[in-house]
Amino acid sequence: MKHEPVRASEGDTREHLIVVGNGMAGCRAVEELLARDPARYRVTIFGAEPLVNYNRIMLSPVLAGEKTFDDIIINGADWYDDNGIALVSGDPVVAIDRAARTVTARSGVTMAYDRLLIATGSDPFIIPVPGRDLPGVIGFRDMKDVEHMLAAAERGGSAVVIGGGLLGLEAAHGLSLRGMTVTVLHIMPTLMERQLDEAAGWLLKTALEARGQTILTGADTAAIVGDGRVEAVRLKDGTEIPADLVVMAVGIRPSVALAREAGLDVGRGIRVDDHMVTSDPAILSVGECVEHDGQVYGLVAPLWDMCRALADGLVGTPGGYRPAPTSTKLKVAGLDVFSAGDFSGGDGAEDIVLRDAARGIYKRVVVRDDRIVGAVLYGDIADGNWYFDLLKKGESVADIRDALIFGQAFAAGGAPADPRAAVAALSDDAEICGCNGVSKGGVLACIDGGAHSLDAVRSGCKASASCGSCTGIVESLLALRLGGEVEAGPKTMCRCTTFGHDDVRREIVAQGMRSIPEVMQRLHWSTPDGCSSCRPALNYYLLCALPGEYADDQQSRFVNERLHANIQKDGTYSVVPRMWGGITSPRELRAIADVVEKYDAPMVKVTGGQRLDIFGIRKEDLPAVWRDLNAAGMVSGHAYGKALRTVKTCVGSEWCRFGTQDSTGLGVKIERATWGSWMPHKFKIAVSGCPRNCAEATIKDFGIVCVDSGYELHVGGNGGIKVRATDLLCKVATEAEAMEMCAAFIQLYREEARYLERTAPWIERVGLAYVQSRLLPDDIARAELAARFFFSQRFSQDDPWAARAGGAEREHHAPMARFRPVEVVA
Amino acid sequence: MNGEWLDIGWVEEIPLRGSRTVQVTGGDDIALFRTGDGQVFALLDRCPHKHGRLSQGIVHGGAVACPLHNWRISLATGEALGEDRGCTPTVPVKVTGGRVLICRASTLSAAA
Repeated sequence: MKHEPVRASEGDTREHLIVVGNGMAGCRAVEELLARDPARYRVTIFGAEPLVNYNRIMLSPVLAGEKTFDDIIINGADWYDDNGIALVSGDPVVAIDRAARTVTARSGVTMAYDRLLIATGSDPFIIPVPGRDLPGVIGFRDMKDVEHMLAAAERGGSAVVIGGGLLGLEAAHGLSLRGMTVTVLHIMPTLMERQLDEAAGWLLKTALEARGQTILTGADTAAIVGDGRVEAVRLKDGTEIPADLVVMAVGIRPSVALAREAGLDVGRGIRVDDHMVTSDPAILSVGECVEHDGQVYGLVAPLWDMCRALADGLVGTPGGYRPAPTSTKLKVAGLDVFSAGDFSGGDGAEDIVLRDAARGIYKRVVVRDDRIVGAVLYGDIADGNWYFDLLKKGESVADIRDALIFGQAFAAGGAPADPRAAVAALSDDAEICGCNGVSKGGVLACIDGGAHSLDAVRSGCKASASCGSCTGIVESLLALRLGGEVEAGPKTMCRCTTFGHDDVRREIVAQGMRSIPEVMQRLHWSTPDGCSSCRPALNYYLLCALPGEYADDQQSRFVNERLHANIQKDGTYSVVPRMWGGITSPRELRAIADVVEKYDAPMVKVTGGQRLDIFGIRKEDLPAVWRDLNAAGMVSGHAYGKALRTVKTCVGSEWCRFGTQDSTGLGVKIERATWGSWMPHKFKIAVSGCPRNCAEATIKDFGIVCVDSGYELHVGGNGGIKVRATDLLCKVATEAEAMEMCAAFIQLYREEARYLERTAPWIERVGLAYVQSRLLPDDIARAELAARFFFSQRFSQDDPWAARAGGAEREHHAPMARFRPVEVVA
Repeated sequence: MNGEWLDIGWVEEIPLRGSRTVQVTGGDDIALFRTGDGQVFALLDRCPHKHGRLSQGIVHGGAVACPLHNWRISLATGEALGEDRGCTPTVPVKVTGGRVLICRASTLSAAA
């Protein structure tokens, strides 16, 4: 031996292995070494905590009161004694001298090594906000943190957990069980977004809220405030949440300070090769502190693999570490969440989704080339390990594919039975629809009574009309009873669902649904996050049902509505400012002219809706263009939206010798009242001052033709592909009545038409008589419709341009990076 | 910036089920996508059909719907899905330590 240990073990000439870190990885590595060759090394372990080796991932159950510290000890004092391991606990190593091959601990003791194993693990990431050092702000990493939390829970009060990942939710659960009022702040839109897809994240949030926790997603912490100790957490939006305790659980960072000081090669973690050897051949490293092939790890399974690779490398047969897929489970009693592998979808990947709203179950298995590549389970995770096992083995699941989603018990039961035969074998009193309590006999009676389509059964006996999970069985019953006579029902919304637009809207209102993931879960969507047909429709239906409450989902908007401008075929945009009733002014015209020149717009055109359209604006320039137009008093014309477009007018009685009423003034009033409203499709209005109808009011969605005795109100016109003249809705005497009827008509259309259905096909579908019956005989019903419209307008008449010009959602307009090849080559 | 990979930025800068672009002087932009599950993909920002900006489309599952004519393009392969035929070049991309990295060589060839 080249180096004599400072504190020698007399007579022991074996190589001295010093392990820095008494945690899960360090001790596991020693166990693996002992298993291969118990006599090979003399071992000393340094630990920062004054404790023996315990299972860190079980701290959550300790916090929750389900386990004690003794329960989670992996290796007690006898293990160290029996294996001749010297444990130096409560004394962290603070320096490594690689030249002298010694380590020095905080107490000053210096010890020589032949091999050094760094297993320092990771540190909680403390977000750099003011107040992070206040007493009462802690991480969730070790036993000391748990003791701190237990002491805080004794005193009661409020706790704020920052971070809605695995660790944060487990901390929140424990503190909540211990009686604290708990708020979880999560910066991302859904909980545990690394492990769960949106649907499962939504279910989890709902369940935690039902348990009394407050979950704020999209919550960005600005500061922790308090005088001498923590009192509250302030968010970037100004909200303050009172807190006696703040737990930071936003993530972990490899603990690399010691290794970096020692001059080892350190990236995000301590860089190691396949045998866990660092840039210094005498020094190894395992666990959360390492970086292997660019990756760092925070789950336990890879740690075990690393320890095996390390032991194989040191003793005998080097195998090398290869990253394997990982799985995670949330350790919160009663909430079963499991995820494994890659659930990104992508090329050739197929999703098999099972949703059972009544039982709160969501299962998603991702299959590629007949092999399982990922799984997300919520509510029923019994088959998690089976899926994970299939995933790791990479075996073909082609033979059991049809039954795969139902789990091992079902799929392993041999060749899947013909589902129709299984349905035929059911007794007549077997319940088919749990939501509405309909038996097989009830469904058959309904079919025999003349219901020969799925839709007819749904309206006849309500079977499969609520959550839709029994749709397949009802369809089988129809086929059994009628053979080939089953009639196709109305078109479904898209391939993601068996429901039509009307069903979805009805259920959104009836069940009080509040978000797109909630609709997809409750109505058993067959895809994880919908498609480009259903997402914009659901977004509109929710926006219409919950004015002022529903948060618009930008990613469910078509590009034009997301960027508040019209995309053109070359990728540039056209911009149309609003001109109220088609009236403009020198100031507005000057501002438009300036914009055209300043941003080099190649064309400016007068539109059919009496406004000016500026073409060829680059996406990056849009906010600046809007700022310039806003400065001249102009707002978005919504020429891009399923929304109110224009109110076209003629000059009316103010100028025209034929004019009977102030059509221009009324048009401006109507536009001021209706602009900004989102609709199933675009919506155009016109007001003509006399029956000569110069504003072409009879091909608009809502048209007013002024006459001497008042106002003729026309609806359902269209000048598009299929020209349709309006139907006369009614005639009213005053401007106020015309305005109310307009608002009531718009609201009826907003509430009842299907997404992307213009007023013309809507009226042809439901009939003019129906529309009249809703608007004419009952003054109160009409007033209520109008009131609902004006209520929703309170939340929609913010100029979207002004917010964007002020810097909101800047990322929509700017590239993430710019790349000039010349600079890189040079 | 090392030799093989270009560091573009933090993965969180790409909205979930959204896209951001990398401007490449003298070539097509590169569109970076993040799916609902947080997976990151990179394609040339150009639909094989009429060259629509895919970055402006609706991202659903592992595909994006082109904003011009609703062609669905696989984010992993760039292939048009369903009945449509065509392919958009992909750009190798990886996420390391929360940073998005794209292949330097592919980016250079996009500019060529």
